Amino acid sequence: MNEYILLRHRTIPNIKDLKEYQAIGGFEAFKKSVTSMTPSEVTDIVKASGLRGRGGAGFPTGLKWSFMDNKNWPHYVIANADESEPGTFKDREIMENNPFQFLEGVAISSFAVGANAAYIYLRGEFWQIAHFLDDKIAELEQMGILGDKLFGTDYSLHIYTHLGAGAYICGEETALLESLEGKRGQPRLRPPFPPSYGLYGKPTVVNNVETLTNVPMILEHGANWYKSIGTEDSAGVKIFSLSGRVKKPGNYELPFGTTFRELIFEHGGGIIDDRAIKAIMPAGASSSLIVADDKALDTPMDYASVRTLGADLGSASVIVIDDSVSIDWVINKTIHFFKHESCGKCTPCREGNYWMQHLIERIHAGVGEQHEVELLYNVAKNIQGKCFCALGEFSTMAVTTGIERFPQDFEDKAKSSIDG
Amino acid sequence: MNKLEEKYKIEIKHVLSKYPNEHKRSAVMPLLYLAQRDGGFVTEEAMEDIAEILELSTTEVASIVGFYTLFHAHSAGKYRIQICNDLSCALRGADSFLEELCKELGIKPGETTPDGLVTIEPVMCLAACHRAPVFQVQTGEGLLYYENQTVESALELIESWREKEKKGSEETV
Repeated sequence: MNEYILLRHRTIPNIKDLKEYQAIGGFEAFKKSVTSMTPSEVTDIVKASGLRGRGGAGFPTGLKWSFMDNKNWPHYVIANADESEPGTFKDREIMENNPFQFLEGVAISSFAVGANAAYIYLRGEFWQIAHFLDDKIAELEQMGILGDKLFGTDYSLHIYTHLGAGAYICGEETALLESLEGKRGQPRLRPPFPPSYGLYGKPTVVNNVETLTNVPMILEHGANWYKSIGTEDSAGVKIFSLSGRVKKPGNYELPFGTTFRELIFEHGGGIIDDRAIKAIMPAGASSSLIVADDKALDTPMDYASVRTLGADLGSASVIVIDDSVSIDWVINKTIHFFKHESCGKCTPCREGNYWMQHLIERIHAGVGEQHEVELLYNVAKNIQGKCFCALGEFSTMAVTTGIERFPQDFEDKAKSSIDG
Repeated sequence: MNKLEEKYKIEIKHVLSKYPNEHKRSAVMPLLYLAQRDGGFVTEEAMEDIAEILELSTTEVASIVGFYTLFHAHSAGKYRIQICNDLSCALRGADSFLEELCKELGIKPGETTPDGLVTIEPVMCLAACHRAPVFQVQTGEGLLYYENQTVESALELIESWREKEKKGSEETV
C-alpha cells in the first residue's frame, strides 16, 4: 500500500510531534466537528463510512454511537487499550508512534456522543505508553485542543489514562467498566449494553484503539472515500498482526479482502526454513484453527469470507503454524492461557477450563488415551453456549476445531500411550 | 492522615482528580501501584490505608490485589522478569529461552535468585509477539519491555543490575 491510514508514522516519522501532526492537518477534523457540525452529523458520517469495531466483534461503530441514551447524562467514551489477545500487538504500535491521531479519534467520538470525559483503559503492561500519552494529553491541554470551552464553543473535553493490572478479561467491555470502577474485572450481564448502562451506570461508548484511530481520516476524507477501500462487507483497512512461524512477523496495514496467502507469503516472507504451512489462527488464541490448504490461503480476509472457513476474523491477529508443530501442543498453550485468564465468575468457563487443562496435559504428555481426547472434546462442547461472556466461548474454539480438523495429531499422541 | 497519604500526598490528589468525587473507588488500582512502589508489593498496612482513603473495606482492596496479576501481596526479587511463553512467543522459542535462562541463574520458573535480586516468572501474552523472546521487568517503579532477547542479552542485563546495586550499596556505606 502506498499510503497508510493508521500506521502513518512509517512514512511520516515525526507524526508523534504535535507540530508535525498539525502540519499535515491534524486536529482539523476535531476542530471542524466541534465548531461547525452537530454530534449527529459526525455520527452519520462514521455510520456511512462502514467502519466496524476493530477489537474483534466487528460491530458497526457509528451505529453503536447512535445507541447512546440521550435521556441519561453524563455520557462517557472509553478507548479500549487493553490489548491482550495472544497474537495481537497493533494498538501498541499505534499509540507508541501515532498517538495524536488516536487521541483525535477519542476526541471526535467524545464530541459525537456528547461526552465531556473520556478514559483510555490500558493494560497495566503498557505503563510506558500510559506515561507517554499523559504527556501528549498535557500538551494538547496547553494548546487549547483539549480542556474547557474548546475553540470558543461551550464544548469541554478531558481525556484520562487508566492502567489495568494484568487481566485479559478486562478487554471484555463490561469487565473493563467494572475494573475502571475499581472492582474486580468480571463481566456484567448484557443487556443492558454500555450505550444505555455503562461506566457508573451512565451511557458509555467503548471503542478499540484502532477503531478510533480511523475516525479522523474518515472525517477528513469523507465516508465514500473510506467505503471505497476494502470490501462491501468490511470497509477500509485493517492492521493484521502476523506472528508465529513466519519469516517476517509484524503489523501489516492492508485493505480488508487481502488474501491469507498475500499476507503470509508476500508480506510475511513465507514460513521459517521454507517448511510447509499447516494451520492458521486468524483471531489469536480465541480463534478456530483453519486448515491452511489452497482454498483457505486464497480466501480474502474480511469478516464474511473468513466465516466461510468456519472461523472468525476477530482482531485479525494471524498466528501461523507450520508442519513442525503438533496441534495438541497448540491447544495445550491456548487452554493454559484461558485457564489462567478465566475470571471465575461463571461455572462453565471456570471449571471447564480447569478440566480441559487436566486432560490436555495428559494428552500432550503422551499418557492420555483416545477416550480422553473424546472427553476433552465433550467438555469443550459442553462449555459452548453456556458461558457468561465471550471468553469462555473463545476458550473452546481451538479445542473443538483442533480435534475436528487435525484428528491425526491427537490419534498419534493417544496411540503412543497404548504402545508404550 | 494515614501513612500512604503522607507519603504520596500530591500523587494521590492527582489520581483522585481523574474520577468523579462520588466514584473515588475508581482510584483503587492507581493507589495500589503507588503502594507497590517501595517494596515491589502491597503490605497489609497499605491496603488498610487505601481502604480508608477510598471508604472501602480492606477485604475489598485485598480482592483487587488478588484478582490482578500485576499486584503482589508478597515480596519477591527486586526485579521481576516476566517472560511471555504464550502461543505466539512459544512458536518462536520462548519456552526454551525461559528454561535456559533459569538454568543459567540456577533457579526454577517462579523462583528468586539467592541474593534476592531477580525473580523469573512465565507470563501471559505481552502484545509483543513479533519480537519474541520478550520479557517485561516489573519493579516498584514501573514496567519496562525488553524485546528480541537472547539468553546472553538477558544475562548482561541482570549483570548490569548487579553492578548498579553494588554501586548503590557502596554509596550508602
